[in-house]
Amino acid sequence: MNKEWPLWEIFIRSKNGLDHKHAGSLHAADAQMAIENARDVYTRRMEGVSIWVVESKYIHASNPDEASSLYDPANDKPYRHPTFYELPDELKNM
Amino acid sequence: MLDPEKIFLDKVYEEIKIEPKDWMPDQYRKTLIRQISQHAHSEIVGMLPEANWITRAPTLRRKATLIAKVQDEAGHGLYLYSAAETLNITRDEMLDQLHSGKAKYSSIFNYPTLTWADMGAIGWLVDGAAIMNQVPLCRCSYGPYARAMIRICKEESFHQRQGFEILLTLSKGTEAQRKMAQDAIDRWWWPSIMMFGPNDDASPHSAQSMAWKIKRFSNDELRQKFIDMCAEQVKILRLTLPDEKLKWNEKRNHFDFGEINWKEFWNVVNGNGPCNKERLAARTKAHKDGAWVREAAAAHAEKRKSRAQKAA
Repeated sequence: MNKEWPLWEIFIRSKNGLDHKHAGSLHAADAQMAIENARDVYTRRMEGVSIWVVESKYIHASNPDEASSLYDPANDKPYRHPTFYELPDELKNM
Repeated sequence: MLDPEKIFLDKVYEEIKIEPKDWMPDQYRKTLIRQISQHAHSEIVGMLPEANWITRAPTLRRKATLIAKVQDEAGHGLYLYSAAETLNITRDEMLDQLHSGKAKYSSIFNYPTLTWADMGAIGWLVDGAAIMNQVPLCRCSYGPYARAMIRICKEESFHQRQGFEILLTLSKGTEAQRKMAQDAIDRWWWPSIMMFGPNDDASPHSAQSMAWKIKRFSNDELRQKFIDMCAEQVKILRLTLPDEKLKWNEKRNHFDFGEINWKEFWNVVNGNGPCNKERLAARTKAHKDGAWVREAAAAHAEKRKSRAQKAA
């Protein structure tokens, strides 16, 4: 048997209350080993309080070539931002 | 229809990172695979000369920091292998290239570590030169490489400081300790400044790498910067760099330095350095000896998966 261990994507929560963020990837035989390896590879300096691992083959990504059409619907809607609205300066706390 | 090469070049020009799924020229991909995998191999082989001194570190503090440094290097190798894998090369292919001698690693690790002071000289000079090379790579046009380099550079600064501290301690010690520190600097200085690679006029791929913003500074620019820095730092150690021609040049605003022995450089690159065979043999043996662990872990994972399927 000479098969590469599968690739895993590693997500780390750096502090309680924050989101998990993609840190990188690594090879491991199973999920438990992926977590243990992620501990050694990505949190040697207390960078994390929680680790998620996902086998890379289960990640589906948007296609960068289609980016312009994919994000087009949001492109012409500045009224979704608070700065769109013109209000008098004397209006406070809004 | 837009020309993909033009889109690529526009992005590079505007400092927009290239990501794994983006279109890129074949040669850009090849150059990056070669550079990143060689960088990864260097981190992994680079563990060997220092691991040589872990059991003989003079104090528990020195032993703990040396272990931490070597462990960081393993981690750096792993970040870089992952970055290279995003360019469609497998880990196994890269390891095969290393073990067969097809892929190179930094020649500096083909020199032996003869005394404890070498741990100091490696940290100060070898890691110092590596940092000088690596900081601009944090702005490399290829996203995964740049992100790996940011992580590496953050961790690497302790490596250089621990090295300088070792030399500083020795330099304040007995006459024998001072001599040992000076001897280590004498042996590591020239190989360290060779780490920046051939002179610009003898480095044919540099121009393309600069145009693609893989590289930001030329070999000679970085080497000069490193020499200027070390020429000042060595004074704090009250030791010397082994170059009689090293002298401040007011006109250039840089230190002048002596001729580099490029014959020695190419000799080591081509496999004839003092430790080339030993390093590669140690690496290949470790990989071979670890085969049963990789197989057992895969078999264990397979067994657990099939048990879970049966239970469901």
